[in-house]
Amino acid sequence: MKHEDIVAHLKSRFGADGFATSEFRDNRRIIAQPSNLFAVLASLRGECGFDSLIDITAVDYLYYPNAKDRFGVVYALLDSVSGERIYVKTYLNEPELAVRSACSLWQGADWMEREVYDMYGIVFEGHPDLRRILMPEEFTAFPLRKDYPLRGRGERHNFPVLTRAEG
Amino acid sequence: MAVDLSDSVILTQLDRLANWVRKNSLWPMPFGTACCGIELMATGASRHDIARFGAEVMRFSPRQCDLMIVAGRVVMKMLPILQRIWLQMPEPKWCISMGACASSGGVFDTYAVVQGVDRFMPVDVYIPGCPPRPEQVIQSVIDLQEKIRKTGTLIGKEFRERKASEAPLPLALELAPTETVISPGDFATGTRLRDEGQ
Repeated sequence: MKHEDIVAHLKSRFGADGFATSEFRDNRRIIAQPSNLFAVLASLRGECGFDSLIDITAVDYLYYPNAKDRFGVVYALLDSVSGERIYVKTYLNEPELAVRSACSLWQGADWMEREVYDMYGIVFEGHPDLRRILMPEEFTAFPLRKDYPLRGRGERHNFPVLTRAEG
Repeated sequence: MAVDLSDSVILTQLDRLANWVRKNSLWPMPFGTACCGIELMATGASRHDIARFGAEVMRFSPRQCDLMIVAGRVVMKMLPILQRIWLQMPEPKWCISMGACASSGGVFDTYAVVQGVDRFMPVDVYIPGCPPRPEQVIQSVIDLQEKIRKTGTLIGKEFRERKASEAPLPLALELAPTETVISPGDFATGTRLRDEGQ
């Protein structure tokens, strides 16, 4: 579907205030509210033909100049028939760092949402198995947040030492 | 005991025999986690053949190996597995830390990568490089063979002496944290810990 038709369709579904759009060159974005994010994604998948989820990622705007919200969650969608791409984004703030999981729409969202949870701490409600995927399960912090230091807080060297005499 | 048997000619000859046998048949346990694993495979392939030096087979069972080659960066999730495989290897055993990441963390000074595998397990030979060329890996096997020839014993006495941890000091003790932002290109100060915003 052409982009204007997509925007018109979403406007008829969610009203003109339900979402925002922005665009730069060929990068088109739909900025939804956390409350209607799942419905927007379902509409894009079911009615606008975006059948492929390319990636889910998140952004931490903690030290970003002129930022209004702390976290953004970004969904990259692809229409495999026409080759069109679109990005859907919502903004989240503490303490409600939760959105509905997209696993019921795309199976591939499973591990992508686990990675976003592991790195940022954003909870996906309705996810079948939301646990850490990259860091070990006992890890307590969320490493890609901007207030987490690059070298960590000593977790990487908190292991028993084997000497040659005993090991 | 009245007679000190450690210098007895029979035992030293047995030591020499045991060293000769062991150094010429070091079967590696390839613990290849990343890019150095590819170079390790290249070292085992036909052009640079590590089997010429006795490392005939790369056994993937630790019970059948005597040389562990840690090739690649080791993350904190992998370290307990590495330690477990090391403990499963029977004596006598040696360890080669291949590449910059296994020796010191390499370019990856991050929250997840262990800054040198020698912080948590005993290493005998280090190979610098990113990745080291196969010739360097072969040289390290030759160096280990020299080490076994010079310091090896039949019953493994030299291992019992290594009771202390061979790790470097923790970074926080060596360098004081500073306030200013250090540019990444400054190798002398690039490992300072920064607490605010980074």
